Amino acid sequence: MTTSMPTSGLQIEHEESGAAPVISLSGALTVHALASLQAGLKEVPQTSVIDLSKVTRIDTAGAWALADLERRAAASGGRLRYRGASEAAELLLDTVRRAMPVAEPAPGTATGLRALFEATGKRVVGGYDFLRGLVAFLGMFLAGLFRVVIHPREFRFTSLVAHCDDVGLRAVPIVSLMAFLIGVVLAFQGATQLRQFGAEVFVVDLIAISVLRELGILLTAIIVAGRTASAFCAAIGSMKMRQEIDAMRTLGLDPVTVLFVPRILALLLMLPILGLIADIMGLFGGALMSWIELGISPSMFRTRLVADIDISNVIVGLVKAPVFAVIIGVVGCHAGMQVKGDAESLGRMTSSAVVTAIFAVIVADALFSIFFAEVGM
Amino acid sequence: MTQPDDSAPIIRVRGLRTQFGSHVVHDGLDLDVYRGEILGVVGGSGTGKSVLLRAITGLERPAAGRIEAFGTEVLTASPDDRDRLDDRWGVMFQDGALFSSLTVRENVEVPLRRIPDLTPELRRALADLKISLVGLPYRAGDAYPSELSGGMRKRAGLARALALDPEVVFLDEPTAGLDPIGASAFDQLINTLSEALGLTVFLVTHDLDTLYATCDRIAVLAEKRVLVTGTLPEMLEVDHPWVQEYFTGPRARLARDAVRPDTKTEAD
Repeated sequence: MTTSMPTSGLQIEHEESGAAPVISLSGALTVHALASLQAGLKEVPQTSVIDLSKVTRIDTAGAWALADLERRAAASGGRLRYRGASEAAELLLDTVRRAMPVAEPAPGTATGLRALFEATGKRVVGGYDFLRGLVAFLGMFLAGLFRVVIHPREFRFTSLVAHCDDVGLRAVPIVSLMAFLIGVVLAFQGATQLRQFGAEVFVVDLIAISVLRELGILLTAIIVAGRTASAFCAAIGSMKMRQEIDAMRTLGLDPVTVLFVPRILALLLMLPILGLIADIMGLFGGALMSWIELGISPSMFRTRLVADIDISNVIVGLVKAPVFAVIIGVVGCHAGMQVKGDAESLGRMTSSAVVTAIFAVIVADALFSIFFAEVGM
Repeated sequence: MTQPDDSAPIIRVRGLRTQFGSHVVHDGLDLDVYRGEILGVVGGSGTGKSVLLRAITGLERPAAGRIEAFGTEVLTASPDDRDRLDDRWGVMFQDGALFSSLTVRENVEVPLRRIPDLTPELRRALADLKISLVGLPYRAGDAYPSELSGGMRKRAGLARALALDPEVVFLDEPTAGLDPIGASAFDQLINTLSEALGLTVFLVTHDLDTLYATCDRIAVLAEKRVLVTGTLPEMLEVDHPWVQEYFTGPRARLARDAVRPDTKTEAD
């Protein structure tokens, strides 16, 4: 009986002679022929002689197939013997036989409802730990800030200015453009709705209140969260990866005063200014669109704005800025400190910093809305 | 195995010139690699040991010269020929260069996916065998590269390089960053595998202990070319200041003394 595998040049011959059947293999016993070799060896009797004298080449895959056959034969009380194996083949077989992996069952993992509960529990505890970490980080920042106030010499003024430039000045174009477009959109949408009632002139109130109270500062904070939280996280995270932060500690430099205080303070100073710029640009965009679309002249827009809109709207908007700034800064720096040694965690933490910062800013804004509604502002 | 089996080299580099901008790394470099040998490539920092490895394996395009492997011109090979070459050699990069999103077992399975009629079960079994061959515990197969120590990552990288039973493996600094025990275990592993699998090993290293423990032949890179090749005893005779300093310096003497009593005997 001969089984021939033309593609690989492998041949398996069964011979019934004397006590044990002889299986004679010829050709290349390599990984390319492994599938056919495995199939051909399936019905080999438990006790047989395997003749390797006509094998031209054998690699670890071929040796594995033979060792696997041996193992199966031994399990059912049989025994395999070899004939005509070259010295190299013997050595390879020996090495593979010694290295044959013994499957170890994976540690038991919970399934079904239990797994669901376990995962939920882990996430809840993880979320709690994360929040606690954030609060601890905020405390660390405040302590660092306090320390800097007491010992102004430790403060890095140059660093603060550099971060202000990065966080504030460089964000002006994008923030202005965004706010301008928001003003345009509001005016346009407002105009189409209000025209139905002949109340076009109220578009000024609509634009002013929504931009000054909510949209100006909220959208600025969201853009800054995307820009700056990721930048903080990446900068601090890569320093953490390269052990620069450990080096700082051993040199007696406090990462809080050197790295975190200048960054978060820069954000604290710059975000209100960016918010103010956004307010102005939003009103400018709204006024322009009202003029084009509704024929409300800029001077009329101004008169109406001054007469109808209380300054408290601006205050309500801008008072949120420092809070948003601290949220963005703390989330970004905290995420940077969570980076482990590998580059993958840096990427993961950076994107998580942005998502967390934006989410937290929106939550804080909602809380502010409730608060201002309660106090009647 | 101290003597090359075949007289014709399986890899032949002639007149290699590599440069980055105006910085010339190699100029007129010649090198032969023979079947079954463990060739150690040494040289000072910045002499282009790794660049040579990258040039031979086609990762770096040289400015001039010829590289021939298994009778194929590496530089002008057609994509099909390249594929065949890639099956015949494996590369272990310095830190293993494992794919971080795959487990160790999946990493080792990646090259095996190129074999068309291999079932997933067979692929998995072969990957497990390779993992065990390089001395990793069975459970390491389920781990992700970031969960392994540096030495284990190197072993896993070697397992992946060996997945298709290549004829030549290129090892880039296999023992750099390992503790002495881990490093000498790795030396042992290279010896065992080269013997059992009939591997040819192209080994870039700084590690004198590795040179003494494993290499049949040594090629010294200096002055932008292969300055000299030969066995370790021959190196001691070379009259060149860097080679003298390297092979007879205090660390070299220690490595030589450490290896003399036992390690080399079973490899010979």
